[in-house]
Amino acid sequence: MKKQWYDYLWIFSAAYLILGFFNILFAWLGLLCFFIPLIISLTQGTKGYCNRYCGRGQLFSLLGGRFGLSRKRDIPGWMKSKAFRYGFLIFFFLMFFQMLWNTYLVFAGAQDLRQVVTLLWSFKLPWHWAYHGTLLHPGVAQFAFGFYSVMLTSTVLGLVTMVLFKPRSWCVYCPMGTMTQLICKAKNR
Amino acid sequence: MKTVKKRKATVDTAACVACGCCVKVCPKGAIAIYRGIRAEIDQENCIGCGKCAKECPASVITIREVQP
Ligand code: SF4
Ligand code: SF4
Ligand code: SF4
Repeated sequence: MKKQWYDYLWIFSAAYLILGFFNILFAWLGLLCFFIPLIISLTQGTKGYCNRYCGRGQLFSLLGGRFGLSRKRDIPGWMKSKAFRYGFLIFFFLMFFQMLWNTYLVFAGAQDLRQVVTLLWSFKLPWHWAYHGTLLHPGVAQFAFGFYSVMLTSTVLGLVTMVLFKPRSWCVYCPMGTMTQLICKAKNR
Repeated sequence: MKTVKKRKATVDTAACVACGCCVKVCPKGAIAIYRGIRAEIDQENCIGCGKCAKECPASVITIREVQP
């Protein structure tokens, strides 16, 4: 099939991770990967984002497929069970709200800006080189650190399951994918 | 008399995550994602090549022999 412009959005996904390494404020762009799929599923009732535009999925299929960084085995049954997929979605949401809460605390002045990227919700990586203060409120930066943590964590999980199972294994339990599918199911009942 | 068996893809729709990976690899354009819920295969156009089954991250596509 002929390649379309949207088949190159993996470049955006890769650039996102790299830019966040140099300036954390780029992390805000990641909101696009949250709102676009939601808007498409809410208005069109389709998973058009996953099916077409998602650069992250493309990145995994490129690395796992073309570059062969995948064992291409079947994903274990429990990982595609509804219990795990919905459970992971809920867990992801809880962590997301905790991140928003931390951002709020910084905005409210109750907490100082913490320039760390938290990997897998537990490992704090120093990331101080990516922010040197701006005219913006520190809370703006706190959100960026938090959001980048979310994106990096999901990329790392996706890369691990890409290597172990099929290239786009992440798409089986990706919270955005699960959530948009649920929205579509609710809308198209 | 010889019966020609054809190979066709079937989706375990309950376990399909509607990611669309299968759509992207089908050489016949025989797959569509139905309303963001599940993949549907056009049995007329499917040639049973198995590309979709290989690609599917949830491994929910099987290639079966069907009586024509
Ligand atoms: S399931 Fe997630 S990673 Fe996969 S295409 Fe959809 S949004 Fe992208
Ligand atoms: S690749 Fe598999 S899980 Fe994804 S839409 Fe196709 S059949 Fe469903
Ligand atoms: S078996 Fe081949 S032709 Fe049939 S749906 Fe899958 S990819 Fe398309």
